[in-house]
Amino acid sequence: MTAAVSLRATGARARRRAFVNAAMHAVLGLAVLAALVPLFLIIAVTIAQGLPAMTTEFLTSTFNFSRRVQGGGYLHGLIGTLYMGGLATLMAVPIGIAAALFLTEFPRSRLAAPIRFFADVMTGVPSVFVGLFVYAVLVRQIGFGTFVGAVSLAIIMLPIIVRSAEEILRTVPGDLKRGSYALGARQWQTVFRVTLPAAASGLTTGVMLAVARALGETAPLVLTALAAQTVVLDFQGQGQTALPLLIFREARGAFAAGQERAWAGALELMALVLVLSIVARAIATRRAAR
Amino acid sequence: MRVTTESATMTTPTMTDPAVEATPSQPPEIRPPGAMVPPRPIARARDASAPRNEPEARPANPAVELSDVSIFYGAFRAVRDVSFSVPAHAITALIGPSGSGKSTLLRAINRMNDLTPGSRLDGEVRYHGTNLYRADVDPVEVRRRIGMVFQKPNPFPKSIYDNVAFGPRLNGYRDNMDELVERSLRQAALWDEVKDKLKQSGLALSGGQQQRLCIARTIAVEPEIILMDEPASALDPRSTLQIEELMAELKENYTIVIVTHNMQQAARASDRTVFLNMGDDRAGYVVEVDDTVKIFTNPREQLTEDYISGRFG
Repeated sequence: MTAAVSLRATGARARRRAFVNAAMHAVLGLAVLAALVPLFLIIAVTIAQGLPAMTTEFLTSTFNFSRRVQGGGYLHGLIGTLYMGGLATLMAVPIGIAAALFLTEFPRSRLAAPIRFFADVMTGVPSVFVGLFVYAVLVRQIGFGTFVGAVSLAIIMLPIIVRSAEEILRTVPGDLKRGSYALGARQWQTVFRVTLPAAASGLTTGVMLAVARALGETAPLVLTALAAQTVVLDFQGQGQTALPLLIFREARGAFAAGQERAWAGALELMALVLVLSIVARAIATRRAAR
Repeated sequence: MRVTTESATMTTPTMTDPAVEATPSQPPEIRPPGAMVPPRPIARARDASAPRNEPEARPANPAVELSDVSIFYGAFRAVRDVSFSVPAHAITALIGPSGSGKSTLLRAINRMNDLTPGSRLDGEVRYHGTNLYRADVDPVEVRRRIGMVFQKPNPFPKSIYDNVAFGPRLNGYRDNMDELVERSLRQAALWDEVKDKLKQSGLALSGGQQQRLCIARTIAVEPEIILMDEPASALDPRSTLQIEELMAELKENYTIVIVTHNMQQAARASDRTVFLNMGDDRAGYVVEVDDTVKIFTNPREQLTEDYISGRFG
């Protein structure tokens, strides 16, 4: 019979290691908690404050004649947000993914470094500057409206899309692309038939990040979309509004009814981004599975 | 040169292709005219049209001839002055220790090295007399005629069907795709295992099945030559054997060049063997080229004998 070997940790060193281990575990747990608590608070408070005012009337009607009283809703803001957000996505996604493809497909190009640098700088530009820029370049020529608002949102989205798409495209295995080239595919055929489909799910995530960011922007819209009291379907030339603009306006207003509507608007915006993200992910994963 | 004149007759489209005859439903036009090669058996070619002064060691009817090929990655020379020829409708094995340039040479045959920035080739790689590195040769056309199977199975994240149909669709093939997919999968000895799940992802298959799917995908473009870069090194012994049996069947219709680290595999599966070694300058060079039987039973060079008996490498 062999002598029993003790595997129990004994001695001062082992006790110290166990203590440090437990302490670090606790520190990391607290850090996670500290990061999550504000998030949960934001969601909880928005739901608690927004839900009472979130009525069918709120979702389906525009401002009442008087904004002092309860009633009326943000339908014009929802439509403006979807209209401008949709246009901005149509503008920013093709350009952003094309730029990311340029960076990954032609990494040795002399243009690669400048493009990457400008994308980084643009990510850090305060959004009100974007509004000012579009105001100076476009609004002064063609006036306020849906289109110029969408342009400013697209500028906000572009660098986010470029950098996230570049990272995602880089993760497409070289083996896959070589497999395609070995079958006699040209570069553009490989990009469209192998690289982009393989990256579709990740690209969607990046685009949704950008969309979420753009839908929540207020500052660039103040100087480009301006405002609207009712549903605006004009492409350009009429002031347009959006959920964040309405929230901004009524949350700092003096009327309790307006503040309630602002809370409901915040909840609506949060839910909108959530629903869009879920739908986009579902579509992307289903397409990737095929 | 005689090589040129001989290959000129070989590429004549009037020559019948037994592969086409055997399967009359196959539309001949999907095979590019340049790939229409009479798969004359090597023996008959030797009697009838053997070049007059071909050295004994060189096979007649070569599908590819490399002469004085050196390959560079930037300033580094990976392969130095390599010459050998690849007989048609046979399996040629490239063996040698790590760093001897086997895979680099293999990728030179279908210009896959072009995808590596900074790579450059000196010398000639002749395919039916045409130097594949001539300025007016389109590497994409080369790869459509000279297919490649990789070390790690790399099916596309698409269905089994779409994996096989990928290449033909690139070429705008719109005829009976179902039939082409089935024929390719049958040739790759995979049809019976996947015929009921063609819509499933190719990634759901086992490693050995994935590799046979990659072979089917390559066959579907109807290349003349198939290059295989250690196609079984990531597979279990049973799948390895399947791949080897498959290669033996495929050489009826295709010319195969295989890189392998596995001596037994080279000895079992190949007809010709090219033994490469890494020189003192770290560049790969050819030590000996001969029929596989000769290399493994009675090599000319001591170095070859040392390598195949496991004394180095």
